[in-house]
Amino acid sequence: MQYSEIMVRYGELSTKGKNRKNFIDRLGYNVRQALHEFPNLKIAAHRDRMHIQLNGEDSEKVMARLGQVFGIQNFSPSVKVERDVKKVQAMAIEMMKEKYHPGLTFKINTRRSDHKFKYDTNAMNDLLGGTILQAFDDIHVKMKDPDVTLRCEVRPDGIFLSYGKINGAGGLPVGTAGKAMLMLSGGIDSPVAGYLAMKRGVAIEMVHFFSPPYTSEQALNKAKQLTAKLAPYVGTIKFIQVPFTEIQEKIKHEVPEGYLMTIQRRFMLRLAEKIAKKRKGLAIFNGEALGQVASQTLESMAAINDVTTMPVLRPVLSMDKNEIIEIAQKIDTFDLSIQPFEDCCTVFAPPAPKTKPRIDRARQYEERLDVDGLIQRALDGIQITEINSSDEFMNANQESFAELL
Amino acid sequence: MIYFDNSATTKMDPSVLQTYDAVCQNIWGNSSSLHSWGEKAFNLLEQSRKQIADLMNCYPDEIYFTSGGTESDNWAIKGTAMEKRPYGKHIITSSVEHAAVMNSMKHLEKMGFDVTYLPVDDEGRVSPEDVRKAIRKDTILVSVMAINNEIGTIQPIEEIAEILNDHPKIHFHVDSVQAIGKGVEKLIRNPRVDFLAFSGHKFHAPRGTGFMYKKRGRMIQPLVDGGGQEKNLRGGTENLPAIAGMAKALRLLMDDEDQKVAHQRAIKNRIYQHISQFDKVHIFSKNDETFAPHILCFTIDGVRGESIVHAFEKYDIYISTTSACSSKKGDIAGTLAAMKVPEKIATSAVRISLDEHNTLEEADEFNRVFDKLYEEFKMINS
Repeated sequence: MQYSEIMVRYGELSTKGKNRKNFIDRLGYNVRQALHEFPNLKIAAHRDRMHIQLNGEDSEKVMARLGQVFGIQNFSPSVKVERDVKKVQAMAIEMMKEKYHPGLTFKINTRRSDHKFKYDTNAMNDLLGGTILQAFDDIHVKMKDPDVTLRCEVRPDGIFLSYGKINGAGGLPVGTAGKAMLMLSGGIDSPVAGYLAMKRGVAIEMVHFFSPPYTSEQALNKAKQLTAKLAPYVGTIKFIQVPFTEIQEKIKHEVPEGYLMTIQRRFMLRLAEKIAKKRKGLAIFNGEALGQVASQTLESMAAINDVTTMPVLRPVLSMDKNEIIEIAQKIDTFDLSIQPFEDCCTVFAPPAPKTKPRIDRARQYEERLDVDGLIQRALDGIQITEINSSDEFMNANQESFAELL
Repeated sequence: MIYFDNSATTKMDPSVLQTYDAVCQNIWGNSSSLHSWGEKAFNLLEQSRKQIADLMNCYPDEIYFTSGGTESDNWAIKGTAMEKRPYGKHIITSSVEHAAVMNSMKHLEKMGFDVTYLPVDDEGRVSPEDVRKAIRKDTILVSVMAINNEIGTIQPIEEIAEILNDHPKIHFHVDSVQAIGKGVEKLIRNPRVDFLAFSGHKFHAPRGTGFMYKKRGRMIQPLVDGGGQEKNLRGGTENLPAIAGMAKALRLLMDDEDQKVAHQRAIKNRIYQHISQFDKVHIFSKNDETFAPHILCFTIDGVRGESIVHAFEKYDIYISTTSACSSKKGDIAGTLAAMKVPEKIATSAVRISLDEHNTLEEADEFNRVFDKLYEEFKMINS
């Protein structure tokens, strides 16, 4: 079916009172960002709905992208027909053919934004319903919960027919809930946490700790690639890489083995907080799930969280591993996450980390270190990249092989 | 030389050979090695996979490299049988499959599997209705080729897919060795198809390489166990020079595919129109969209296929007695037998198979030689 337009229904926006206009503007911006590859689209974000005129662009591809934009409840591709009842009837039959099976139930749902049209809502419902009843055998009208609802919208510039609603990503438009830092390791959980943060409207920036030569270039590229996987929901994401080698080496040297992990995590959190403050972030997100590993017991979280008063938000806190994996697969980060490169969390992982570290001990061990100096030097070495959904990091040698292939 | 035996094998593309050569010399690390030399090979391997996936319009993790069409067929079939044995032992296939499929089925029968071989009509085509009727509760696999290698019949894959939509657990394998680059993408990329087998040397890539498409989520057992390659499903250090060559060959093949298919149809048509005028000629491959653009199978009554092949060979024209894989055994073609063509006629069958590099001039030359030979054969068949 050659669709001419996609009608987008907003999600929770409708309930946001005075902020509504901001939400809609932001959603319009996000949709434009997400669909920037389709130059012929005409996007108009109105108060109650958004209309995307396809102008010949591939509706399947556009809808695949649209399905990733947060703040959209659902959308319907529709066909534009001239304001000629005969033509509308013919198209209605065409469209029902695609759904028809014996015993099908349907209803017609007409809306008129042009009240000058010669048939009113009821008359249109009758005209179209009657045509369909005649055209198909064993088809029935049903008002409550029919198999197919054929929507007919009468507008000054034409009549738009659609059936079927495609579920959108839900949530709130990214950016409407402020900005925060996500601690991105490269594992399964943190990208999911990032996804969930964005789903509720938070614009995130990635904070990634890397420790060359203990961690490889590939581990860094993997984190960047994961960022690219999350970029379609917003357009672009800032990736902040923080050198962590010196801190890890010093900790390893000075701190008893049982507290290596706790102290490392305290440093990471301190750095994330400093970066957030500098970049006007309001909170820190991470992928911690309660009880999953030693650093994720309540005792550990308390000992680590001790270094900051900034909110540390953990969207996957109460999820089982399987539930997290399910989302990771849905957002296509799973296969990337399980690629086996050493990252900063695994390289210095002690064989038996304390699952119940004590805050006073952690503080006491840290006194052996030049905390401020270490933090400052790490901050000085930060590099920031802006990452796009089409960026490729895993195949760094791309150019050299293009000519072979 | 006129080479009309492209369904047997194709000439390697010179630029593919260049890639093969360059990879042998410059990127010979083991892609499983951790160091950057291995990393380089790994990157090329994955870029090759991605290129093939993009051309096939699927995900890179759905492409598995194998040693060729035969292994891919064996793997899809036996791998499914081993994986799904607890759920059932019934398999459905057609009676006109390539030996790689047919003999895998025979092997499984010996191991206690129950195989239904569907009959074909007089064009060598399976009836989707027969597939529907053959499905049982314990059916685990349906395997039907896309394009028949002996006479070029295009099988009703889309209709079978439609039927299998009601049986989501059954694996659907389509041997597509003859179908790649032949204008039937819609058919082999039907969303219900779970497995596809391809062979590199049928499209100007090196021998000893091929690939299998396995839809995400479909599980099969490995046939070749080893060191974890191909996501632990196909062991053995990857044949990287051939794989990179194949990725390139596939790109070249699919570039301008429509035009190439039309070109092959035009050549087929020219020969078809010519030889169909003769009384003693019987043509099995129809000259329309229901048959492959590149295969033309015919007989000259009373002359053995082998004699026809050698007669053309004297004029430096290379054709084949139906499938090259069975032509040396002197058996009558499996497909023709399944079509219930009398043995006397079937033993006369020969096959012309084209590629995009053949020309209309070659067709004219073939037709001239054909006329000459037809006259000569009158000595024995009139």
